[in-house]
Amino acid sequence: MLLIHCPYCGDRPELEFSYGGQAHIARPTEPQTLTDEQWASYLYLRTNTRGIHAERWRHIRGCARFFNALRDTTNDRILATYRVGEQPPAAAETRA
Amino acid sequence: MKRQGFSALRLLRAGLSGQRSWQPQWRRCEPQASYDAVIVGGGGHGLGAAYYLAKEHQLTRIAVVEKGWIGGGNTGRNTTIIRSNYLFNESAALYDHALKLWEGLSQDLNYNVMYSPRGVMMPAHTVHDIQVFKRHIHANRCNGVDNEWLTREQAKAFCPPLNIDTNIRYPVLGAALQRRGGTARHDAVAWGYARAADALGVDIIENCEVKGIRRDAQGAVEALETSRGVIRTSKVGVSVAGHTSQIMAMAGVSLPLESFPLQALVSEPIKPIFPCVVMSNTVHAYISQSDKGELVIGAGTDAYTSYTQRGALHTNLHTIEAICELFPAFRRMRMLRNWGGIVDVTPDRSPIIAKTAVPGLYVNCGWGTGGFKATPGSAHVFAWTIARDEPHPINAPFTIERFRDGLLIDEAAAAAVAH
Repeated sequence: MLLIHCPYCGDRPELEFSYGGQAHIARPTEPQTLTDEQWASYLYLRTNTRGIHAERWRHIRGCARFFNALRDTTNDRILATYRVGEQPPAAAETRA
Repeated sequence: MKRQGFSALRLLRAGLSGQRSWQPQWRRCEPQASYDAVIVGGGGHGLGAAYYLAKEHQLTRIAVVEKGWIGGGNTGRNTTIIRSNYLFNESAALYDHALKLWEGLSQDLNYNVMYSPRGVMMPAHTVHDIQVFKRHIHANRCNGVDNEWLTREQAKAFCPPLNIDTNIRYPVLGAALQRRGGTARHDAVAWGYARAADALGVDIIENCEVKGIRRDAQGAVEALETSRGVIRTSKVGVSVAGHTSQIMAMAGVSLPLESFPLQALVSEPIKPIFPCVVMSNTVHAYISQSDKGELVIGAGTDAYTSYTQRGALHTNLHTIEAICELFPAFRRMRMLRNWGGIVDVTPDRSPIIAKTAVPGLYVNCGWGTGGFKATPGSAHVFAWTIARDEPHPINAPFTIERFRDGLLIDEAAAAAVAH
């Protein structure tokens, strides 16, 4: 089980969280102008990164807030967590 | 080339001579400079595709390249359940095509894959389950796929260890049963296909990792760069499960896939007690008993994407709790081993078996948590797709473009379960 650092509540066990998938996917601002290809890409295409992955988590059984995390998908180590609206920290700032 | 056949007589003779007369089941191959077609991924689906390419199509120079060893990937990690009782017409056609091939596979390969149609029973625990399962049964009947409704007493008679008490959290209210469903020996499927493909001249190249896909000026596939050198070929079939995204990215192809760890575990071996396969989607219990006597238990996927080939203990605990409630006799059993594999999941939980935008590049992926059951059918239609550069009618709906065109085959919604 992962120990996840909620930016609002601190370190908590994975059971308190739900996973929200890839982070930083912006909803189209002018959806009526999108082609089918662009819609499919927005809805379904994911990077499926092998390595450091920016992803959303929600502290559903705690403060219930969404936040983002950088996790290495080759070893599940969480390198950093940060609030929604913030940019992912550079690799040097992540806690190894 | 001539291969040693298997028969009862040969087994008896080998037994009398101390089992020393057996030959290797397939050759150790060095990669040649070029092939007509190369399959990436030496699991059941990939080896099967090579076998059917050699057996049923005109291609003669075929190779399978495998990063590890034959039988070491998801083919050897799954819980070996076979069934075809899917809701939608497209899925029923695909999975039943596979089931029909399972029925004759041991004879076809001259290799005992131990296909055992012991029945797959899916208990219903809620009124909603009953309605959904009966809908499945009727849909299956319309598609010529066997599936029948059992009352709770009939379910108990079919699977005596089942607890049908009404005082548990999710009591068994009835069950759907596919009698042709069952299990097969997963390693034997990989070995059997490898041996049969090798006998038809397919080169099986283990410990050979693909590092790049070379394309010509028109963008078509021209060669594979591997850890054992460059292999020229104009047709590449990718059948690599959890790492499909990485291999396809080498040719600039993005797919709607996410890779998750899926776990399984086995108990200490016991005498035969469990006569069928039970899959409960609602409480998430998947269990059968292997011929060695171990209870084989499948857990769910972890919540997050990962490539670690291990998962969290609480994911296993979740399924164990359900099994202890449904089968109280197993409460004191000890588990021997658990492991994980990486499965590639599509948004609609149906596979992709298709051509890609890159000429000469084909992909068979997205089997998620349920690919083993489809092995022969998947391999058969994938070989057709590669050989003829067009899909077989059965896999024609399983394209990449279905996500653009809104033609999902939404077994995720149909099963109402994280497969």
